Amino acid sequence: MSERLAKRIAEGTPVASHRPWPRYEVDQAGWTGAAQALGEGGGDLLGLWGETDFVHLALRVTGAAAPCVLSYRVKTSDFPSVGRYHAPALRLERAVCDLYGHLPFGSPDRRAWLDHGAWGLRAPLGPRTPSLRRDPAAYDFLPALGEGLHQIPVGPVHAGIIEPGHFRFSVNGEIVARLEERLGYVHKGIDGLLTGTDIERASRVVARISGDSTVAYSFAFARAVEEALQIDPPPRAKILRGVMAEIERIANHLGDIGAICNDASFSLIHAHCGIFRERVLAAADRAFGHRLMMDRIVPGGVKDTGPGAGRGLQVMLDEIEKPFAEIVRLYDDTPSLQDRTCNTGIVSKALVDTWAAGGHVGRASGRDFDTRRDLPYAPYHDAAFAVPVFTAGDVDARVWVRIREIEQSMLLLRHWLANLPPGPARVDLRDGSGEGIAMTEAFRGDVLVWVRVEGGRIAKAHARDASWFQWPLLEAAIENNIVADFPLCNKSFNCSYSGHDL
Amino acid sequence: MRTLLLRSLFARAVTVAAPRPDAPPPPGEDAILTELGKALEVRARRLFGRSITIREVDAGSCNGCELEIHALNNAVYDVERFGIKFAASPRHADVLLVTGPVTHNMWVALERTYAATPDPKWVVAVGDCAAGCGVFADSYATVGSVEKVVPVDLVIKGCPPKPIDLVKGLLELMDRATAKPAAKPVAQA
Repeated sequence: MSERLAKRIAEGTPVASHRPWPRYEVDQAGWTGAAQALGEGGGDLLGLWGETDFVHLALRVTGAAAPCVLSYRVKTSDFPSVGRYHAPALRLERAVCDLYGHLPFGSPDRRAWLDHGAWGLRAPLGPRTPSLRRDPAAYDFLPALGEGLHQIPVGPVHAGIIEPGHFRFSVNGEIVARLEERLGYVHKGIDGLLTGTDIERASRVVARISGDSTVAYSFAFARAVEEALQIDPPPRAKILRGVMAEIERIANHLGDIGAICNDASFSLIHAHCGIFRERVLAAADRAFGHRLMMDRIVPGGVKDTGPGAGRGLQVMLDEIEKPFAEIVRLYDDTPSLQDRTCNTGIVSKALVDTWAAGGHVGRASGRDFDTRRDLPYAPYHDAAFAVPVFTAGDVDARVWVRIREIEQSMLLLRHWLANLPPGPARVDLRDGSGEGIAMTEAFRGDVLVWVRVEGGRIAKAHARDASWFQWPLLEAAIENNIVADFPLCNKSFNCSYSGHDL
Repeated sequence: MRTLLLRSLFARAVTVAAPRPDAPPPPGEDAILTELGKALEVRARRLFGRSITIREVDAGSCNGCELEIHALNNAVYDVERFGIKFAASPRHADVLLVTGPVTHNMWVALERTYAATPDPKWVVAVGDCAAGCGVFADSYATVGSVEKVVPVDLVIKGCPPKPIDLVKGLLELMDRATAKPAAKPVAQA
């Protein structure tokens, strides 16, 4: 299967100046062949996005050294559906259709996804045809039929301090028979804002695609632009990028572990994790001048920190390392808590493999993939760290992935902070043209950013969040669980609404 | 767990010290929080008896603002000790904290949430997006600021605002609300 996919790809026409992975323009047979091969398990879908005349597909052939991008020129406003053969592409195709007007020919799901009928126009990045506003609640949910089934609608405004989205539960008593998500409420038109703009402005938009992963997004964007312009950032910048990325990972994992336990009404761990998280953010603020380290990574390097910043971060690590280990022991020693997390919200390995789900969702179900190790980039390419993988696939496994990752991140941080290279942390960008693509490992999974730079400006860029391939699995995780366990399952995934809705 | 609980029992609270009128506040950033907290508490009590209840509405934020609003509830800021708490329903809320540039897809939901909040009510727009100066303002998919959809009583800027700025902002809201408590018209049923 993977050989056939590799052969299909080799038949395409290579596009010059796309770095570091190759990009091929393929015809209908090549595109459909790749889709079929993906559907048969020949590789991982990494992204699918549109522009005015093209649809692009990023994929990684099983066993191949580097991923690649396939591009199909849209001729008669449609393209052969990938989702028809490979379900993970379905929502991505619906989004392309809503934004650009390219119809996925042969797709089994033609419902609008991001377009709720509220923009006053159709295909805002394509033909921009005016349209009447629709009732936002009008949406054909998939039916769940049977005696005693009833529906529970939740959202878009949720009960907690969280992002908006709609969940439609079909339940039989307490048991969830089907969950269907409806997202797109926080669609801000990011693909549009990343079209024909300068690099600085685009950097600020990319840093705000998903606030909790701002470092990972800026990191991927900076690397993609640097690939396009063939710039190498200075060594100090590379290490500082890694430092920020790991601080972001620790802060988010701490918040998640606490919140998951809180959803099982175990507020003690939540309280302690909240304090740890606050210590981490305060240290980040002192070191980098922003609690979430937003806009600190820019194409060309990083906005440098004072010389004493490394010391402050080390002190923070000393402060939280031991108390955190104690909280981990508490989690491990509390059967009443594990009664809620173990065997709850199980996702099968087959599903995470098909969806190529990254982050804790994939690694808790046995998918041994981490961008930092498997598609290595500076400063991880020569760093030593373990990638924790669990196989139970339940809420508990997703908690343990986070716990072990925090420990690994602390080791990485200690190593880098003790060996911070001196020198400049930023080089000037130069005018130039080219295309670049990069993937970084955010706390919740791999983030992909693709850019086309023309004359030193961003002609077009696209970002794909890890959540695209995790949201659908949440629907599978909650099946046959009780409604009361949904907050636990949802929090253990912690998918981004904003990163997904774009 | 028992040792942990026992130790917690005798440990000093990580929360900044409770304000005492006769003692000078401790130095540093924590001192500001203590002072703010005291002032906030007095005003909240005058207006609402002992508490105000907040309903948070994300109307298109990148979730950065949500992270910092979340922090208000942690043991370090712990706004609940001042009588400020977050509610799960707008029906129970006095204040709506709204974040984001208001996407067109969230417009109706925000309007309905506002309509579901009983009077008297206040709206606080949190963050640069909600204030109308964020990076998402020029898009086909966004309205641009919260005040274009519902009347806004206070704006707290920042991208995202720090938790301490959020506490400051709530204090300012109290000031305004005390100045003209009956000025707000009753919304049509």
